[in-house]
Amino acid sequence: MSLLDYSAYEIAEKIQRGELSAVEVLEAALARIAAVDGRPGTLDYGELTPEDQSKVHAFITLTADRARQQAESVDMRRKAGEKLGPLAGVPITIKDIFCLKGVRSTAASRILSNFEAPYTATPVERLEAAGAVTLGKVNLDEFTYGSSSESSAYQPSTRNPWDPSRVPGGSSGGSAAAVAAGEGWLSLGTDTGGSIRQPAAFCGVVGLKPTYGRVSRYGLIAFGSSLDCPGPVARDVRDAALMLSVIAGSDPRDSTAANLPVPDYLASLDRGVKGLRIGLSPDFMRIAFPDPETGEIVTENLANEICDVTLRAADLLAAEGAEIVEHVPLPNIAFGIPVYFVISRVEASSNLHRFDGVKYGYRTDEDYSDLHEMYRKTRAEGFGPEPKLRILMGMYVSAAQYSEHYYQRALKVRSMIRADFNAAFDPQGPYRLDALLAPTTPTPAFKMGDIYGDSVLMQYADQFTVPANHAGVPAISLPGGLSSEALPIGLQIIAPDFAEPTLFRAGYAFEQATANEAWRQAKPRVLVEAGL
Amino acid sequence: MTEEISQALFAKMVGLAAFAFDPEEAEYLRGELNNQLKAIHQLERAALDQEVPLASRGVTYTPESRPPLRPDIWEACENPEEILAQAPHVEEGYLVVPDIPHTELE
Repeated sequence: MSLLDYSAYEIAEKIQRGELSAVEVLEAALARIAAVDGRPGTLDYGELTPEDQSKVHAFITLTADRARQQAESVDMRRKAGEKLGPLAGVPITIKDIFCLKGVRSTAASRILSNFEAPYTATPVERLEAAGAVTLGKVNLDEFTYGSSSESSAYQPSTRNPWDPSRVPGGSSGGSAAAVAAGEGWLSLGTDTGGSIRQPAAFCGVVGLKPTYGRVSRYGLIAFGSSLDCPGPVARDVRDAALMLSVIAGSDPRDSTAANLPVPDYLASLDRGVKGLRIGLSPDFMRIAFPDPETGEIVTENLANEICDVTLRAADLLAAEGAEIVEHVPLPNIAFGIPVYFVISRVEASSNLHRFDGVKYGYRTDEDYSDLHEMYRKTRAEGFGPEPKLRILMGMYVSAAQYSEHYYQRALKVRSMIRADFNAAFDPQGPYRLDALLAPTTPTPAFKMGDIYGDSVLMQYADQFTVPANHAGVPAISLPGGLSSEALPIGLQIIAPDFAEPTLFRAGYAFEQATANEAWRQAKPRVLVEAGL
Repeated sequence: MTEEISQALFAKMVGLAAFAFDPEEAEYLRGELNNQLKAIHQLERAALDQEVPLASRGVTYTPESRPPLRPDIWEACENPEEILAQAPHVEEGYLVVPDIPHTELE
């Protein structure tokens, strides 16, 4: 057994006990990165080679020297008998949407290509204070705007370790792919409409969107400020619980960070699911998508192999003592994507107006005659197509003459989506659920290039994840099985506000119930082909 | 309501957003925006009534969960040089911008 096969929890324990050194663990991670990652994403990338098409490309910036200093510090502190943090010596990656002082923070955009953050984001600061060793910044969709990671200005964009001809999902594609390929044990991602859970599902790892406000957004380059949630990407549920226990909590630098105590998430794992009421909804068993001919939105039943993963999980949890409640109505989640098209664009548009070539970031190299021309050239060159689309749509639907019809209507429908979840979780209501079970995605990972460029179809890849963002409730994606093409299929569990312990209980119970199944032994293709 | 974003409206929005596109990029972006509008029009099917409140976020903050206000105290920035070093053009601690065009109001 290679040390790369241990979980983050086990690595931290072994380092604490002196059975492994942090430097030894770091060098193993760096060797794995050298074996599977290929060249990092860059702005001037040239032609993709056949070798490029077989690698993961999770990274934009590898901070190996900084990581070595951190690992040596952990080892010195252990030898000195000092108390180590819960993540001491665990190599992690950071989605390149978080600020890390002194390190380039690009948001995968040309417009921030030269930006070195003058401060560190709170969740990153907490991870490093807990002893985590930061391997570097990983790739994503530009400004997190996408569901495949293909829109990054830094190419080659990340590929799926299970099949490098397929996308890793997005926007936290670099995070999920790095964890799946064993390049780092944990990754800090963000989830605005599914950007942790969807790539976690595509890459066969665990991804958690905490309750809105559970984790501080300070130092996160903002997308949708009422939706953004930093959260863990991990190999298993216990590692996700460990990581959340480090990054969660109030923060005087973020007025939306909830002022609530952080429970002992690890203690919740072994409590089992006996007595939990877990719901299934027919509204999560239908998919919507734009008709290729007319562009009109049509619906059809979910593919059997996706549906079966959720139903089988319900059976397994029932066998463990959970009570399964069927036919839970969530009629308004069907509006999740249209609502998201409005609210997220308005918030993105507002957040992106600050990038103007004056205070920081990219400024055009071309000549300009005045300030306005400098703005136009800088923004046209600095932003890719997705940020441009989101700025323009956000302006349109929030314009005075359209706001009532679009933005205010979307905010009302968001209330109705929230009301659906309130009714399902109401302790005095007819359903009285502790959690909901649902698929994470409508399909397994799709081929690179198949959807990119069609902004509507791409958005509908998030249709099962986005309702939890509108409602603010926590949700986790777990590996639930493999498709007929040997691709991971995700299972999603959704719980009421701040009920992350319930997610960990149910998730851990599912992991234990399936621990010896054959699909759990399968490895991503990039590891098999590299003989790892 | 099934309006589309016309070329004229698109051009106006591009100006307001401080962008500049070549014709091919402009047509692609306008086409995608109009496709997105078709999806957004699904909202007209929602059974809204006047009583439904606007939700600026999903989670409701309670007195227990709402962070306390910080004292309104001025604090010096610890590293102004590092922040100014990010700017493309700085002189004597001030951000320098190109000429700002002026318009005479009638």
